[in-house]
Amino acid sequence: MKPNDVILQSVTKVAVVIIFTFSIYLFMNGHHNPGGGFIGGLSTAAAVVLLYLAFDIEKVRENIRIDFKKLAALGVLIAVCTGLGGVLFGEEFLTQAFGYKELPIFGKTELTSALIFDTGVALAVIGTAVNIILSISEDR
Amino acid sequence: MNGIAEIITAFFILVGTTISLLAAIGLVRLPDVYTRSHAASKSSTLGVLCVLIGTLLYFLISDGYFSIRLILGIFFVFLTAPVAAHVICRAAYRNQAPVADTMVEDELKEYYELNPEYKKKSIVVEETVQVDE
Repeated sequence: MKPNDVILQSVTKVAVVIIFTFSIYLFMNGHHNPGGGFIGGLSTAAAVVLLYLAFDIEKVRENIRIDFKKLAALGVLIAVCTGLGGVLFGEEFLTQAFGYKELPIFGKTELTSALIFDTGVALAVIGTAVNIILSISEDR
Repeated sequence: MNGIAEIITAFFILVGTTISLLAAIGLVRLPDVYTRSHAASKSSTLGVLCVLIGTLLYFLISDGYFSIRLILGIFFVFLTAPVAAHVICRAAYRNQAPVADTMVEDELKEYYELNPEYKKKSIVVEETVQVDE
């Protein structure tokens, strides 16, 4: 007989959606408002940890098939590659560029290479934070 | 225009802070875990909600700025604070937290005695330390 966590689990299902939405909002608004890659990554990691708390570790691992160590490494790789992109166009390392473009749904949008750098930061933060929590919580 | 906004906002924020103060008094005055959780969760939830609604209305009326973050915050607090209280109370019951004398009936106790698998053993703090000589 299992202990029933019906209330905790069903509220977690709703709350995790809100936290993911809010972290994406924080991530995308980082250029002009408070927010950015670090906070967006941390709140995403908080949602993942909430999933681990409410459900089993094994169950979440079956459904989210992401190796968080590789995710952190991928984030660092992306951040370094945006720096090298500046070198590719004959500028100095980590030179950022931005421009305005007409996108189909959003209209006139500001596209920056800093956003890609922020993606790298966010992935590194998610990977590191979740990895720390997981390695603390597992018994060996 | 601004005067009305300030009056409405002041009303909501005053109500919210009063409820929060009542929650704090209840936290000090009430006897055991369950009654304290009852006071803290319900009234602090409503208090925070009132303060957030006051802020939302102020920016909506005075600046015409509709803050989606405040709406999300209201919904989130309303959703999660009672669940947090529920989980804390359940953990307290399973670890046999002391109950006030005023309790008349414990219906959950019979259920737990019928299904002993549900009952977790309370964490024993004492440990016997054996020293090798």
